[in-house]
Amino acid sequence: MNHLLRELAPVTESGWQTIDSEAQQRLTPALAARRLVDFAGPHGWEHSATNLGRTTELATSPHEGVGAAQRRVLALAELRADFSVSLKELRDLDRGAPDVDLAALDDAAHRIAVAENVAVMHGWAGAAITGVADASPHESKELGNDAEHYPRAIAGAVELLLRTGIDGPYGLALGREQYRRVVESAEHGGSLLLDHLRKILGGPIVWAPGVQGAVVLSQRGGDFMFDCGQDLSVGYASHDEQAVHLYIEESFSFLVATPEAAVAFSA
Amino acid sequence: MGFDQYHEPPEELSPATRTFARMCASLTEEAEAIGWYEQRLAVETDSEALAIMRDAQGEEFKHFSMDLEFLLRRTPLWREIAKGILFQAGDVVEHGEESEARATGEDDGGGSSPSADGTGSLGIGGQTGSMR
Repeated sequence: MNHLLRELAPVTESGWQTIDSEAQQRLTPALAARRLVDFAGPHGWEHSATNLGRTTELATSPHEGVGAAQRRVLALAELRADFSVSLKELRDLDRGAPDVDLAALDDAAHRIAVAENVAVMHGWAGAAITGVADASPHESKELGNDAEHYPRAIAGAVELLLRTGIDGPYGLALGREQYRRVVESAEHGGSLLLDHLRKILGGPIVWAPGVQGAVVLSQRGGDFMFDCGQDLSVGYASHDEQAVHLYIEESFSFLVATPEAAVAFSA
Repeated sequence: MGFDQYHEPPEELSPATRTFARMCASLTEEAEAIGWYEQRLAVETDSEALAIMRDAQGEEFKHFSMDLEFLLRRTPLWREIAKGILFQAGDVVEHGEESEARATGEDDGGGSSPSADGTGSLGIGGQTGSMR
């Protein structure tokens, strides 16, 4: 048994299979940011820090005439979203009920996916994480409400990255509203705006709940690093007569190695 | 020359099984040699002799690792179980039990790890290359 303590939960084999499957289905489409950055791991729950390869000079040392420095690391942060599942619903699941109420799980999965997207794209000061958009030295422009203008704006961002020496292909993270505008829009001649943007970028376009506006970033690799300790997992907290209390958790750090490899757009 | 690496009559064994048995015997000998050198190094006081024996033990590490890799390549189940144990941080016994259960299909799913990465995660990972 590991730290998730799953074996202690009053949940049957089929119950766990349903919970895990539901969590995977809800998490996968919403985890946009990690698709656009380098993903290292998972290294497990014991992994605590990312090596930065840098030191801080120390003012003092244990003995006269000896210099001293201390290694700097980026500590991994933990995210956890709690939820509960009714024991009655789980019993019905074991009877073969096809419509078990896992709304609280769905909500927790969405919350933690959004939190991860926000941390990667917009930063998380409390965990010393600078986001892709925040780190970019390029001026952030407004994307606007009219999707017809998106190709020009995105092409401008790609040209800016090329001019900066940042090679492609390029990916695009779109906030919820911006994504909706893109997928529902067709340009003159009937071609989908989504297809046009893909041709400009040469890389993926992702629905990124939590992202404010949009971010264009290089997919050449080596510019943005997501260091995963414990990847998203479902663990057991406690239970009472009514419900079992579970959680989804993960640990990670995120580092921007090349700030100029991204261009952000405000909403 | 002894033939005691065979537990069954050699003529009844296939060439592949005889090779497998030879490599198992070789693996055992390399492990024994590593242990012998460890003991010698613990008691030796001559620095030159120590350096030579450390170098020799390094050779045995290499030989052992080569033998092991050969055997793992020829034995998929062994390799699958080893993948869940070798070079993993954390509790070795726990990894061993989980890895065996996964590899042999005896994982009862009753709260055990849903993924094959050995961390108990959902196995989502980076999803690199996916496009929406």
